[in-house]
Amino acid sequence: MSSKPKESIERVAIRFCGDSGDGMQLTGTKFTESTALAGNDLSTLPDFPAEIRAPAGTLAGVSGFQIHFSSADIRTPADHPDVLVAFNPAALRANVDDVRSGGMVIVNSDAFNKKSLLRAGYSEDPLPAIRDRFRTLEIPVTSLNREAVKGLGISSREGDRSKNFFALGLMFWLYNRPMEPTLRWLAGRFKGDVLEANTRVLKAGYAFGETTEVFPSSFVVNRAKIQPGTYRNITGNTALAWGVVAAATQMKRPVFLGAYPITPASDVLHEVARYRHFGIKTFQAEDEIAAISSTIGASFAGHLAITTTSGPGMVLKQEALGLAVMTELPLVVVNIQRAGPSTGMPTKIEQTDLLMAFYGRNGESPVPVVAAATPGDCFYTVLEAFRIAVTYMTPVIMLSDSYLASSAEPWPIPEIESLRRTDVEFRTEVEGFAPYLRDPETLARPWAIPGTPGLEHRLGGLSKQDQTGNVAYDPVNNERMVELRAEKIARIANDIPPVEVFGPERGDLLLVGWGGTQGAITSAVEEAQQDGRSVSSIHLRHLNPFPGNLGEVLGNFEKILVPELNTGQLTSLLRAEFLVPAQVMSKVQGQPFLIEEIRGRIEAMTDKKKSSKKKDRK
Amino acid sequence: MTSATAKLTSKDFQSDQDIRWCPGCGDYSILANVQRVMPELGVPRENFVFVSGIGCSSRFPYYMNTYGMHTIHGRAPAFATGIKASRPELSVWVVTGDGDGLSIGGNHLLHTIRRNIDIQILLFNNRVYGLTKGQYSPTSRLGMRTKSTPDGAIDHPIDPIAFALGAGATFVARTVDVNAPHLQEMLHRAHAHRGTAFIEILQNCPVYNDDEWIELEDRKKRVEASLVLQDGEPLVWGAEDQRRGIRIGDGIPSVVSVGADDPVGKGVAIHHERYETPAYSFALASLQRPEFPLPIGVFRAVEKPSYERSLAQQVTDAVSERGEGDLAALLHSGDTWTVDK
Repeated sequence: MSSKPKESIERVAIRFCGDSGDGMQLTGTKFTESTALAGNDLSTLPDFPAEIRAPAGTLAGVSGFQIHFSSADIRTPADHPDVLVAFNPAALRANVDDVRSGGMVIVNSDAFNKKSLLRAGYSEDPLPAIRDRFRTLEIPVTSLNREAVKGLGISSREGDRSKNFFALGLMFWLYNRPMEPTLRWLAGRFKGDVLEANTRVLKAGYAFGETTEVFPSSFVVNRAKIQPGTYRNITGNTALAWGVVAAATQMKRPVFLGAYPITPASDVLHEVARYRHFGIKTFQAEDEIAAISSTIGASFAGHLAITTTSGPGMVLKQEALGLAVMTELPLVVVNIQRAGPSTGMPTKIEQTDLLMAFYGRNGESPVPVVAAATPGDCFYTVLEAFRIAVTYMTPVIMLSDSYLASSAEPWPIPEIESLRRTDVEFRTEVEGFAPYLRDPETLARPWAIPGTPGLEHRLGGLSKQDQTGNVAYDPVNNERMVELRAEKIARIANDIPPVEVFGPERGDLLLVGWGGTQGAITSAVEEAQQDGRSVSSIHLRHLNPFPGNLGEVLGNFEKILVPELNTGQLTSLLRAEFLVPAQVMSKVQGQPFLIEEIRGRIEAMTDKKKSSKKKDRK
Repeated sequence: MTSATAKLTSKDFQSDQDIRWCPGCGDYSILANVQRVMPELGVPRENFVFVSGIGCSSRFPYYMNTYGMHTIHGRAPAFATGIKASRPELSVWVVTGDGDGLSIGGNHLLHTIRRNIDIQILLFNNRVYGLTKGQYSPTSRLGMRTKSTPDGAIDHPIDPIAFALGAGATFVARTVDVNAPHLQEMLHRAHAHRGTAFIEILQNCPVYNDDEWIELEDRKKRVEASLVLQDGEPLVWGAEDQRRGIRIGDGIPSVVSVGADDPVGKGVAIHHERYETPAYSFALASLQRPEFPLPIGVFRAVEKPSYERSLAQQVTDAVSERGEGDLAALLHSGDTWTVDK
């Protein structure tokens, strides 16, 4: 194909950025698909404003998509992009300081006129200074794009909309990505002149790279050496939705999903709604409360019930969740966390709802809590949440976050046979039935569903008499029931895997993480280990109850650091539960941790092997 | 799986729990009548589910020997929606009150009715909060003095019938707690309706708002105070010798004297439950004491597709169009790639 030389590199991170109407998310997604098919390991980070169309050309409207891909194992979207593709001055201004020093900056030079510079807050042309800092390529993307679509029966406005595909074609050339998946997608999506325009523009961008002298060579990132198997690209929300579908097939019960639209959880409702042929019913409720209430009703009726939301919606669901605790009905509540408090930054990343998951309800109201660690892990975590829910007859909270929700990674497609099956059994035997009789091992009460003769019973939020479930105000009985419900949740610890330590089992420093920070923490720890530092890490999927060996593991380290995208929620829980001097590493900027940030903290808390001896002598 | 239904009696629907409503509460009569009607509906007992929210009326499921849920304040219609949407074969009944259904739960009532899911909603209206000891409710009359309104209520009440009609209800009826034959008839009608059936039951709270509906409950007074709606019959009421009728000119109701005359000749409207437009039913709902008699009976009964049947149909259609879902095919759909050993 290309006659120019190809330079082999191990990894690269590219950030596409422009106005929120410029199609940056689409551009990034299409580049990601081709990269996945090229066999690289990859990780992506979409970053966009909550406003659908903020005023054009302003900083508020800048939308970005970062993709990191490599021939080696990677776990994060990269701290700093190597290449920035900026469609306008605002996008440049909002992103250029993140670029690796000496990196490449590609700008649409047509967009750098007086008006748009002013709108971006530049009083003078920033490009001269940018040229000094980065390898800067100024390409008149708008005019090249117009040239490419000339003669087609589309308006100039429509024509200009395809300019993101010019840049996409150029990046395909620069990194030797296949264009075919995108061409296929275009053919399936558009017709006539619009299809022709996009196709031409994509190819024109590719040809521009090949012919222009601006680029002396292109780059090759070889296939990553990853485990054999069949892979696909997946985002956390898609994995979560497919996990819900898998619950239906693996537990052989129909799913009922009730939800109210909320960023960033709506995708899950959209995706699951497509799978009615799996016997799945989705219900867009009138509000968050109705969403969870309807699922509790469906659970009482014998369905696998799930509701999906984000922080503000989670707050509204808590009263109904308390009822599910009291009625001991299986239910999965997914909170895809976003930056708060209140409406906060709806599209930005935080892990600030952990304590709400633990303690957000009135009364003593324990609920199991699990959290996904990677986009693909959302699939397995929701299955695990369902398993716990039906085995223990309890609502379960699953935590995801807006980073996991929209980030993508290559995902080894599991063999169906390898997925755990959980049998759901309904009580049918009348003899000896009481609604709150418990399984001696799990303490689960029987699931007796309407339609079963002889098991008619009433559930409700009023205090329950042990075994019969009748309304009871007896003081001692009330305390007994509080204890029983707590004990039931505590016993789940016997049924979950012990936590595994990444690195040596004992040492100077242990990092404890949960949720979507796993990639950054593990990468930072790995680098520090290679640096000769005594540091290990653990990542918690089960947060309530904690794995049985957690206390022991914590005890094997001098210091404990808990990086979390809040001000110390897991840290507080660990300190309270295990009386360990855990320190928080906090970040609440709506952005994920950078590897270098965590590494910096590790370095401040540990010594290199050689220097540690020195310190000992002091 | 189904038990015999023919032999069921009202006793089969009585649970073993002691009833804890105040002496003289209208709920006793409603409970007895519901227990009386249930065996007559041809539904196996195990297929009934009673769902309630919070309030005096919401204790109802505990006293019914059926499946039941006593849920949280105002949300019973949402719980019932989940039950019915997932299991359309169940007979689902919501019991709510004027506070539970129209104040904290107004949103759910609105949307449940709008969706026309095939459940029965019994709203006990006593125009006061009982369980919280006597505050005014959204149906309390303007000026009503309660603990929370010592100088009189200043917000305008909502009429449950008008509310239901406004939400697009396909079945709307009103009846009275102690009027057993009428209450039973309305329960039968509601059950037979396919779609959301909304019944306002005028109910007496002897402690906090006693005799609010005495004109409708007292056998003598109700002849003058209530208008019994009957499909295809003129809107007349009153003692035989001094009958009056409702004329609806330009959508505005007015009272005409009928006496022994033919009401149609006097321009009295004929009651129809099945007008496509709810305008007529709204005119009926505007009839309030003391200017007008209070109508009881079925205000409106029309057919529309019900939510749970449409949802089940989508599942059936999806399976017949795409075949039963195959998880492996889903996970492998779209672009994939294989890394060899």
